[in-house]
Amino acid sequence: MSSDLARRAKRAAAVAAQHADQVDREGRFPAEAVAALKAERLLGLQVPTQYGGEGAGLAQIAEVCCTLGQACSASAMVFAMHHIKLASLVTHGLTSDWHCGLMAKVANEQLLIASSTTEAGIGGDLRNSLCAVEATGDQFSLGKDASVISYGAKADVILVTARRNAEAPTSDQVLVALMQDQMSLNRTSTWDTLGMRGTCSEGFRLEAKGVPCAQILPKPFAEIAAQSMLASSHLLWSSVWFGIASYAVDRARSFVQGEARRRPGTVPPSALRLAEAANALQAMKATVLSGLRKYEGAQHDPDELSSIGFAVSLNNVKTTSSAMAVDIVQRALAIVGISGYRNDTPFSLGRPLRDVLSAPLMIANDRILSNTANLLLVQKGGGQLLSA
Amino acid sequence: MVSDEVIKDILRQNEAMSGLVDTLGENDDLFEKGLDSFGSVQLMLALEERFEVEFPDSLLNRRSFSSIRTIRETVTKLTVGAAA
Repeated sequence: MSSDLARRAKRAAAVAAQHADQVDREGRFPAEAVAALKAERLLGLQVPTQYGGEGAGLAQIAEVCCTLGQACSASAMVFAMHHIKLASLVTHGLTSDWHCGLMAKVANEQLLIASSTTEAGIGGDLRNSLCAVEATGDQFSLGKDASVISYGAKADVILVTARRNAEAPTSDQVLVALMQDQMSLNRTSTWDTLGMRGTCSEGFRLEAKGVPCAQILPKPFAEIAAQSMLASSHLLWSSVWFGIASYAVDRARSFVQGEARRRPGTVPPSALRLAEAANALQAMKATVLSGLRKYEGAQHDPDELSSIGFAVSLNNVKTTSSAMAVDIVQRALAIVGISGYRNDTPFSLGRPLRDVLSAPLMIANDRILSNTANLLLVQKGGGQLLSA
Repeated sequence: MVSDEVIKDILRQNEAMSGLVDTLGENDDLFEKGLDSFGSVQLMLALEERFEVEFPDSLLNRRSFSSIRTIRETVTKLTVGAAA
């Protein structure tokens, strides 16, 4: 990451850190952190330069996710989810004038994008929708029982999945971009959770009428999901979790070093546990990095992006890194002991622990493993160390 | 010989495709018609069994199985390769 981008990310993270405890306690949107992300112009990073962005690749976004994850998990996850949606626009919207205009607005006005895939009656299966685009002439209407829209109430744009039309099967979906002033959102459920409290992933009844059909992304959602969402979700979420885990190991390291300074001439027993945690953190990092490199290699090759081998690899990045992140934070807590359990010490790890517990549940690992299990029925394997 | 009729027979046994097979043109995108990740793996397995081939990883992508025509081409590539 360029030093300029690193500095901007650190400044935004410092603001996020300052408000993280309050955001968590009150379960409120991390408004200060998102304002800082906008002030540092980090919401338009991925937008191509010709539309006023910086043309950043996924690895650069991942690094910012990690930096933010060390400060405030909820802010980092909002940033990650925004860029997952932006990745879909950048990858699949370049042939549409309307969506190019939207990218320019995202970069210039630092608009925040949210996602609406989950639907009552369908659950978290993002490749099926009940609601449908109902077009009349050049305009369409759409109503959706969106059981979760993270930070929906604060978003400037929501990308919504729906069936192509009222006759289409549930899997024949499109992705439409709705601007805040084009839709009404009525809250149907709240978000009072163990962790990740600031993502405000509430449920809404979403209604939009008289929206130009040009706002429907030209590519089928099946293609968007396979070619940009799968990889960007797993990689950016994993980068957030890596940030949380590395923060926890840093706290543990600082604790062990304090003990070592107080008792010169001995290696504190907790140092051995720190060695194990640092070991696990490095393995997690290797998992996320190999996924990012695999994506960079496949990015411009639709056949590779839609291949079974690629899906298996990315699924494995998610299941492995989410489980490891929980394990690492728990190891760190065991090292700092009661100081980490308390909420009022410099070593407190309660919030990161509660936040990271969402990782294996956010798209449940069992769902992903079932998908991988199916893919392995035809994958032939025989991979090499330095490729595939 | 890889005939469209045999491919259609295999598609008829696929849960996601069974009701649609008679309406499918050879270039219709099966994924857009509702073929999902599970269904596509079941389709690949049925093709491997019926034509006694094994698709290498390099062919296990969306394009190779996206329509009746591409399935015919993908399978033909392997059966011709085996005969040669």
